[in-house]
Amino acid sequence: MARSVIDVSGLPTYAFGSRVTPWWGTFSFCLLEGTGFALGIGGYLYLAVTNKDWAKDAVPLSLLWSALFTLVLVVSALPNFLIKRAAMRESLRSVRLLLLIMSAIGLVLIGLRIMEFSALPVRWSDNAYGSFVWLLLGLHGVHVLTDVADTLVLAVLMFTRHGTGKRFSDAEDNAFYWYFVVLSWLPLYAVLYWLPRL
Amino acid sequence: MSQAVEERHETRDTDLGDEELRARLSKTWGTARGLIGILSTVDHKIIGIRYAVTAFVFLLAGGIMAIIMRLQLARPDSHFVDAELYNQLFTMHGTTMMFLFGVPVGEAFAVYLLPLMVGTRNIAFPRLNAFSYYVYLFGGLMLWGAFALSIRPDVGWFSYVPLANLNFTPGKGPDYWAQMITFTEVAALAVSVEIVVTVLKQRAPGMTLDRIPLFVWTMLVHSFIIIFAMPAIMLASSMLIMERLVGTQFFNPDAGGDPLLWQHLFWFFGHPEVYIIFLPGTAFVSAIVATFSRRPVFGYLPMVLSLIAIGFLSFGLWVHHMFVTGLPEIGAAFFTASSMAIAIPNGVQIFCWIATLWDGKPVLKTPLIFVLGFFFIFVAGGLSGVMLASVPIDTQVHDTYFVVAHFHYVLIGGTVFPLVAAVYYWFPKVTGRLMDERLGKWQFVLAFTGFNVTFFPMHLLGLHGMPRRVYTYPAEMGWGGLNLLASTGALLFFASFLLMLYNMIASARSGALAGDNPWGADTLEWATSSPPQPQNFDRIPCVTSGSPLWDKGDDKAVVGGLKVDERELLVTSVTEARPDIREESPAPSIWPFLAAFATAVAFIGSIYTPWAVTWGSPVVAIVLVAWFWPKTIEENV
Repeated sequence: MARSVIDVSGLPTYAFGSRVTPWWGTFSFCLLEGTGFALGIGGYLYLAVTNKDWAKDAVPLSLLWSALFTLVLVVSALPNFLIKRAAMRESLRSVRLLLLIMSAIGLVLIGLRIMEFSALPVRWSDNAYGSFVWLLLGLHGVHVLTDVADTLVLAVLMFTRHGTGKRFSDAEDNAFYWYFVVLSWLPLYAVLYWLPRL
Repeated sequence: MSQAVEERHETRDTDLGDEELRARLSKTWGTARGLIGILSTVDHKIIGIRYAVTAFVFLLAGGIMAIIMRLQLARPDSHFVDAELYNQLFTMHGTTMMFLFGVPVGEAFAVYLLPLMVGTRNIAFPRLNAFSYYVYLFGGLMLWGAFALSIRPDVGWFSYVPLANLNFTPGKGPDYWAQMITFTEVAALAVSVEIVVTVLKQRAPGMTLDRIPLFVWTMLVHSFIIIFAMPAIMLASSMLIMERLVGTQFFNPDAGGDPLLWQHLFWFFGHPEVYIIFLPGTAFVSAIVATFSRRPVFGYLPMVLSLIAIGFLSFGLWVHHMFVTGLPEIGAAFFTASSMAIAIPNGVQIFCWIATLWDGKPVLKTPLIFVLGFFFIFVAGGLSGVMLASVPIDTQVHDTYFVVAHFHYVLIGGTVFPLVAAVYYWFPKVTGRLMDERLGKWQFVLAFTGFNVTFFPMHLLGLHGMPRRVYTYPAEMGWGGLNLLASTGALLFFASFLLMLYNMIASARSGALAGDNPWGADTLEWATSSPPQPQNFDRIPCVTSGSPLWDKGDDKAVVGGLKVDERELLVTSVTEARPDIREESPAPSIWPFLAAFATAVAFIGSIYTPWAVTWGSPVVAIVLVAWFWPKTIEENV
């Protein structure tokens, strides 16, 4: 049987962005986790609208730790952008340095979130409002924690003999997910801290 | 960034003849022997079979529960089982059928077939696939293990609060139920992500979006529904377990909560769930109708658009499960309209299949016969569904056997009949042998008769006022005759599955040899050997039409230039499927099994103490790092 052949031997073994499968995997996880956040906010608003006892006598959440957290988180988008760029250029020196910076920022953010929890004026068991505050902050906190852990492991990885080739694509993918962590916080921040003040 | 220059010395598929290539690829992509090898495999076919076998075992378990319930209801004032056990039985029956059978069995077929159909060597993220199977298995074993130890949920498959609250249901039954949800949803979400990525990025060159088999389109839509629906139930079940374990107040109206929040979150998942279970059935039907009509399915574009419409509309129906909770009238009207609207794309699909059969030359083999049974039963269930979408009718028959009849017509008609068809259809691909046709036809007679004798009388019982979830009824109600009839039908229906089990075992041993393509089908899974080699295809095919195996002409183009001694597969562009990257597919690894085990210990521990999460997470994290850490320098290039 005659058989023509499409030669793929010259194709690369890795690439960046939406060309590779991990990007689509991360994107799918962002979709499903984003749905989780949206439903969490939906539940919070549903109770706020339907239950007249919602957040009765509640002290508004303090703006201090959350403002610092939001500020650091938004600023982190810059080194995150630089990592993405450095990874695509496969510049090992820059990627290493920026991963260390992002790891440090991540640890600061975890510290700020712990301060936030310890300063909360309401406990999860006080009322449904308290339950939701803890749930939403916790849910987002888990995302911060997961990606910071991932960043730390990646930072270590890039200082070993494995810091080459496809691992730059991993670094870029990790930066992509961090954008989701940043973006998913903003509506939560608005709903938890500013909506009750309107 | 290309490494092509350095790698020139490595063996490529173009360097080898057919036989040597097959042997070498089979070694590269194979699964090692021994316990560690078995637990480390990442072959989508092996994992797909495990998923299917496990799901069928749960089907049998759920079916036995149904039979016990039918024996109890066969006579009025019966005391075969007591009320407490009856509550546990219907809870376990519903939970098992929905979460441990209905969803996983659809995933099972996709995990096995989809990479073959799109012409690739393994599913995307194969280690995640292995992990998902073990998580599903542990979740099912946990629920049934607890049941065996008399820790039994008895609050229905929907676990409504406040009944499921600690005050009304002490003990650990609902906690095991809630954690089983978390297990199975983690598994389903993982598989969905794999399916999305496999379909979008790993299709054979030339398989443009309008050449994707309808089976594959259906599973893509199915996966997106899971991605958007399952987070709702994970959130809800986590809230329930926190309510019971650490005293949150989400559902407590005295503390600003609302029990209806549970219902909203549950049904926001629960209604798409119907389509999550039903869509794989339509995927099977599309494949089988085309093959046995000897022509592609009529109306490819309306079929795909209908699937997408079903995907969207399935999220606009959930409140029709809550019509008797006192909704505002405008809300009820909206959800009535949307519930009726979804009948339209479903109807389009049915008409397209009928047109295909009409225009084709139907060959009445067992798979097609079961599909014909599906048409009859599913349409009947759809019609009672349109009736239930109307608020006055729903209010009248809510919580009666009319609803039980309706959803068994939809779910068994829509899923189980196509599933049996699918078993007969793909059995020869998986085992290399055909199932017995004569037994298949007898099975159909038993199943179709048994099903209708069981469930049709339930419509009447419901209209006569018989409520659901009662363990017995007094003789004066006059429901005895129809119930006896339904129970007789249930035994016939159950017997049809035993016949299938016998047919499968006997045919696997001594059925007629199938060859590569026993039905003369058109999709790529039939282009390889039965059963397929570990590498699926010796040379990746190129596709030039929607029915590649029905193409005329001798020139079947293939891909050349992939490495032979490493697990390399071809990544293509999303819309046009142009070759783009030679990506390395992860090798077998024991870490996914260990990660699933660590996750299971943490989840089960969290039923007893929240600290299990605190102590379990670092362990899971360490195992995950071990999973992802590159083992050789070659993995990085």
